[in-house]
Amino acid sequence: MTAPGRANLPPLALHVPEPKYRPGDAVDYSDLVIPPAGAQPRPDETCVAAQTHPLCLDLVRVLDEEHRAVGPWDPRLDADTLRRMLRTMALTRAFDERMYRGQRQGKTSFYMKCTGEEATSIAPAMALADDDMVFPSYRQQGILIARGYPMVEMINQIYSNRADKLKGRQLPIMYSAREASFFSISGNLATQYPQAVGWAMASAIKGDTRIAAAWLGEGSSAEGDFHSAMTFATVYNAPVVFNLVNNQWAISSFSGFAGAERTTFAARAIGYGMAGLRVDSNDALAVYAATRWAANRARANAGPTLIEHFTYRAEGHSTSDDPGQYRSVQERSEWPLGDPVTRLQQHLIALGEWSLEAHAAMDLELVDEVKAATREAEKNGTLGHGLHHPFRTMFEDVFEELPWHLKEQSEQAIRERKIKWPEWTDDREAP
Amino acid sequence: MSDSPTRRLNMIEAINEALDVMMERDPDVVVMGEDVGYFGGVFRATAGLQKKYGKTRVFDTPISECGIIGVAVGMGAYGLRPVPEIQFADYIYPGLDQLVSEAARLRYRSAGEFIAPMTVRSPFGGGIFGGQTHSQSPEAMFTHVAGLKTVVPATPYDAKGLLIAAIEDNDPVIFFEPKRIYNGPFNGFYDRPVEPWAKHADSEVPEGYYAIPLGKARIVREGEAMTVLAYGTMVHVVTAVLAEKGVDAEIIDLRTLVPLDIAAVEKSVQKTGKCMIVHEATRTSGFGAELAALVQERCFYYLEAPIERVTGFDTPYPHSLEWAYFPGPVRIGEAVERLLKD
Repeated sequence: MTAPGRANLPPLALHVPEPKYRPGDAVDYSDLVIPPAGAQPRPDETCVAAQTHPLCLDLVRVLDEEHRAVGPWDPRLDADTLRRMLRTMALTRAFDERMYRGQRQGKTSFYMKCTGEEATSIAPAMALADDDMVFPSYRQQGILIARGYPMVEMINQIYSNRADKLKGRQLPIMYSAREASFFSISGNLATQYPQAVGWAMASAIKGDTRIAAAWLGEGSSAEGDFHSAMTFATVYNAPVVFNLVNNQWAISSFSGFAGAERTTFAARAIGYGMAGLRVDSNDALAVYAATRWAANRARANAGPTLIEHFTYRAEGHSTSDDPGQYRSVQERSEWPLGDPVTRLQQHLIALGEWSLEAHAAMDLELVDEVKAATREAEKNGTLGHGLHHPFRTMFEDVFEELPWHLKEQSEQAIRERKIKWPEWTDDREAP
Repeated sequence: MSDSPTRRLNMIEAINEALDVMMERDPDVVVMGEDVGYFGGVFRATAGLQKKYGKTRVFDTPISECGIIGVAVGMGAYGLRPVPEIQFADYIYPGLDQLVSEAARLRYRSAGEFIAPMTVRSPFGGGIFGGQTHSQSPEAMFTHVAGLKTVVPATPYDAKGLLIAAIEDNDPVIFFEPKRIYNGPFNGFYDRPVEPWAKHADSEVPEGYYAIPLGKARIVREGEAMTVLAYGTMVHVVTAVLAEKGVDAEIIDLRTLVPLDIAAVEKSVQKTGKCMIVHEATRTSGFGAELAALVQERCFYYLEAPIERVTGFDTPYPHSLEWAYFPGPVRIGEAVERLLKD
């Protein structure tokens, strides 16, 4: 293969990234640099972007080893707010548990938990205004729960049942909730990033005060959409907060396949001249503080911010994969930044504002709350057991008005239905 | 359609006027794209708009079609009515995911909570020595997508009225502008001088607002010998060729490919019993294949001859051999002979 005259050159070698640990491997995170909490400076919210760039290679942390909130990033939240944050995270976890089981019981086709990452959606939702528009990826159910969106509606969607506001058209968990300023989730990854920029640009064109926030995973930050969005956001100084949730794994591909072996994800902000923050995102207070900083910056016309949420996906990607097949189970137990629910719980206990007993009682209450919502939703049917949306709705909303070709196709669909179930007359009663 | 006084405009002027009318009427209309702002667009379609409506409603964008379309989706979700320009249809592919997976399906997937009321304008088609990256006709890729409307005007009058209707439409519309006829109704005889629009009846364009509904074809010429289905540049080419041959054809300018005016197609083919479909795009899986299928499904017992498809060849658009690719008078002439053989 060597070209003539080049025999003295070493053969080129392709580097294919490989995670440190595979199933069965002992995990050692001692090489992971974790700076002490409270040590990171907090620049002014309207500072030049470059002033944040050292933070792109650092890690903003608030909760220390003694569970105290320390340093300039401490958002100084009152105990009621902290308890509400804890409760919302615990509720989201309970919701995930119940829905995961529901999928295993055949009540729906698919589910995705956010276990271990609750802080990356709930703390931002609490730090943003309720009418700031969010463009989530698929693991931000915590935003809806934090914004008080009814769990029954979420479950109706997951079950694709008769009451599903999305008429059974979307894969479970691909919510859309305009009244909660929550944009329709796409299964095509990263597309929401430029869309969030467009929404933010529109808000600025109109002289509005609302900002946009978007989420994606570190894996899909490799998509062109991510880079288009970063370019547009900096070019137009758009009022948008970019959340990049680095949970280490994209299904079975570790973060190295998105570039993590070379630098941090937050460091991408540097090349764009955008403000960037890298945050210990199992620390809900750090996430809250970073979001509030970025939101205030955007609202002051000081521009967009990229926040890397450094966290760990504690469970599988979805109900369709078994993480034990591709990574060491020890990763979760050894994760040096702990669990976001436990850390916030310990903080409240350290403040004398909470107890393990109170937490256990709350957990029982939350299980009942989820169970009640589930029962309510099941009255409207589950994916496996009928009570779907009226048949004719399949052809609605392709366009605002039904064109002739879809009208013809809907007539054919009804004909097919009648051939299969001759007794069927009203599509509301469809088998 | 409109009682306003008319002037003679070329297609670019008509498009510019449609944008002007809609920006004036609707403060939510914004125009963006590469070079569309201060400069007014590489084909001048947006000339003067930034000066009139300001930099936040008419602005240049980064060279990122993915970003342009993605941003337009978000603007639509906010409540704006964006009119992005993709500088050449050949450049639209980086924006395809945002068009096909996002804009086209947003209304459906959100059950109407969010819509994408954008009009993507893009010059398309060849005949200007643009080589393979400035000449393509990719309309069939968009007609294949559920949730997109595809419009191709063929005259200044239609360009203005259809563009206004497209901007007012609450669904995403792909608006392909045949750039070969921006300045005159090119008739395919590339070795003869092109007439300017001023000499063509359809360059009479009313001032102010008027809309031509999407989904309505235009009968260019009534006739008995055969039905011709065409759109864009090919309307003028086929009209000239048939006139030269003295064929009494009924020529239909489809104007909108989706939704298609199937009633006009059926009525004409059932009358003439013969059908020729002409497009500049490549042949295989082109929109002509869809038209041919529809005609045989709906008019089979009226047909007296096989349907003829006259198209570009299945090659990239060649630079020096442009006219060998183009479905010009000779290729159309052969098809006409075949149709009229019996």
